[in-house]
Amino acid sequence: MKLSRSAKTILGVITGLILLFIYLPLLLVVVNSFNADRTFGWPPRSFTLEWWSRAVASEGVRDALATSVQVAVISTIISLILGTLLALALQRYSFFGRDVINLLVILPIALPGIVTGIALNNLFTTVLGVPLNLWTVIVAHATFCMVTVFNNAIARLRRINGSLEEASADLGAGVFTTFVLVTLPQLRSALLAGGLLAFALSFDEIIVTTFTIGAGQQTLPVWILSNLFRPNQAPVVNVVAVILIVVSIVPIWLAQRLSSDSVAGTGAPGIGRGKMKKAKVSSAP
Amino acid sequence: MTLETKPRPAPAPPRTGNRRVSAALHRSPRLRLAGLLTAPAAWLILVYIAALAALLITALWTVDTFTGKVSTTWTFDNILTVTTDPVYQAITLRTLRIAVVVTLIDMVIALPIAFFIAKVADKRWEKLLIVAVLMPLWASYLVKAYAWRNVLAEGGLLEWLGAPVGVNSPGYSETAVVLTLAYIWLPYMILPLHAGFERVPDSLIEASGDLGAKPLATLRLVILPILVPSIIAGTIFTFSLSLGDYITAQIVGGTTQMLGTVVYANVGAANNLPLAAAVAFIPIAIIMIYLFVVRRTGALNNL
Repeated sequence: MKLSRSAKTILGVITGLILLFIYLPLLLVVVNSFNADRTFGWPPRSFTLEWWSRAVASEGVRDALATSVQVAVISTIISLILGTLLALALQRYSFFGRDVINLLVILPIALPGIVTGIALNNLFTTVLGVPLNLWTVIVAHATFCMVTVFNNAIARLRRINGSLEEASADLGAGVFTTFVLVTLPQLRSALLAGGLLAFALSFDEIIVTTFTIGAGQQTLPVWILSNLFRPNQAPVVNVVAVILIVVSIVPIWLAQRLSSDSVAGTGAPGIGRGKMKKAKVSSAP
Repeated sequence: MTLETKPRPAPAPPRTGNRRVSAALHRSPRLRLAGLLTAPAAWLILVYIAALAALLITALWTVDTFTGKVSTTWTFDNILTVTTDPVYQAITLRTLRIAVVVTLIDMVIALPIAFFIAKVADKRWEKLLIVAVLMPLWASYLVKAYAWRNVLAEGGLLEWLGAPVGVNSPGYSETAVVLTLAYIWLPYMILPLHAGFERVPDSLIEASGDLGAKPLATLRLVILPILVPSIIAGTIFTFSLSLGDYITAQIVGGTTQMLGTVVYANVGAANNLPLAAAVAFIPIAIIMIYLFVVRRTGALNNL
C-alpha cells in the first residue's frame, strides 16, 4: 500500500510506544528490586542491594525455589515421556479417535486455568480423597505441560525421513534398538526444546497450582502471591519476581533457538499457558 | 507407516525376552500403537476428562452444613443459585464487562502494531519485532500482574508520568483490572492479527490503490474483510482468558470480584466445592456460546 511518509512515521511511532508499554512494567519490576523505597515510590531516590541479599538469605524463598525446581523437573520428565509417546502414536498411525486424542492433549491448556484448576482440585479432594500435596501439583502440571513436548515432537516427526528406520529394521535392528539409535537422535533437539518449554510453563504457573497444592507448601509463584500483600516483604517480592522473569524467559529463548531450524518455529515459540495455537497462527505464511 | 515391510530373514538373533517383545512389536502395528498410546491416553482420560466430568457432577451435589464435606445428594440448587441470585448475576455481568472492554482495548492497540509489523516495517525488522512482542508473552503471568501493582502504586510510576498531564492513577480498582488484563493478553491479540495481515496479498492492496482507493478506503474495503477471522481469533483469547481470571483481580483489583474470585473463595475459605463448580460453568458456558456464535466466520480455523 502506498502510504505517505508521514503515515509510516506515525505508525512507527505508535509501534514504538506500544513496545514501550509492553516492556516498561517489566523493567519497572527490575528497577524496583534495587529501589531503596519500600513502597515503590517513583522516581527512586536511592538504590540498594539489600533486598537481593535478603531474598538470598530468606529460607522461605530458598525452600520455594527448591520446590518449584522439583515440581518443574518431575513434571517435565513425565511430559517428555508421555508427549513423545503420544506424538509417535498420532503421527505414525491413523486410528479411530485420533482427532479426539489430538483435541484432548490441547484441552488442558486451552480451557481457562481456573477450570483446569478447580476440576483437578475436585478430582483429588472429592472423588479420589487424596490430600493435596506436591504430587497432585506435579500430576496437574504434567497434564498441561505434555502439549509443549507433543507439539515439538510431532512437528519434528513430520519432517524426519522414515526410510532411515526401515533401513535400520532391514539391517536387523529390533524396534527398541531402532528407536534408541535412529529415531531418538533425530528427535533430540525437538525434545530438548519441548522440555525447556514444559519446564518454564511449570515453573511460573500459578492458577492451577493454587488449586492443587497442599497447605503449607509453596512454589515460587505461590510464595509471591502469599507475600504480595505483606508490606515488609514487598521489596523481596520484587527480587523474586525478577528471578521468575529470568528463569522463565531463558529456557524459552533457548528453546526458540533450538527449534529455529524447524519449520517456521512450529511448536516452540507459541505454547504459552493457553495459547499454543498462536504458534500456528504466527507462523502462517 | 514406516515399519510396514515384511520381516526379512535376518541373522538369527539370540532369543532373549527383549528380542521376543521386539519381534512381536515388529510384526504387529496394532501392538506398537497400543504400546505408544496406552500411557498418554490413559493419563489424559483418567486425569483430565475424569476431572471435567466429575466437576459437572459435583455441581449437582451439595455440601453437608454440619460436616463441611461434600454430600452426594442430587440437587439443582447450585445451578439455580448462580443463575438467579442477583449477587452472582452482578458478578457475571461485571466479569463480562471487564472481558469485553479488555478485548476492545487490545483490538485497538493491536491493529496498528500488527499492521506496521506485517506491512510497513521491512523484512529484517519484522522478525525482530515479532520476537520483541513474543518475549514478554512468556514472562510469568503473575509477574506481569505484579508489575502493574508497581505501576499503579500510590506515588508510583503512573502517578509520576500522569502528573504533568493531570492523569491520576486509578488505584487498585476495576479500571486497574481492565488495564492490567489488557496488558497481559495483548500479545495474544497481536499475533493472530499479524498473521492475518500477512495473509492479505500485496497485489490486492496494490490493485485497490491502482483503482484509485485511498489508503483508508483500502483498509476498510479490502483489508478489514479479509482480517475479520483473525480479529475474532484474537478476541477468543483475550475474551476467554479474561473471563477466567482471578489472580489479577486479587492483585490490582482492590475489592473487585470476578467469577474466578468466587470460584476460588468457594474452594478455599467458604469450602463449598459444588457451588464453586457451578460458578465455574458460567465462564465455560459463555465461552461455548461465543465460540458457537463466531464459528461461522471461520475464526476457529485461525486459532
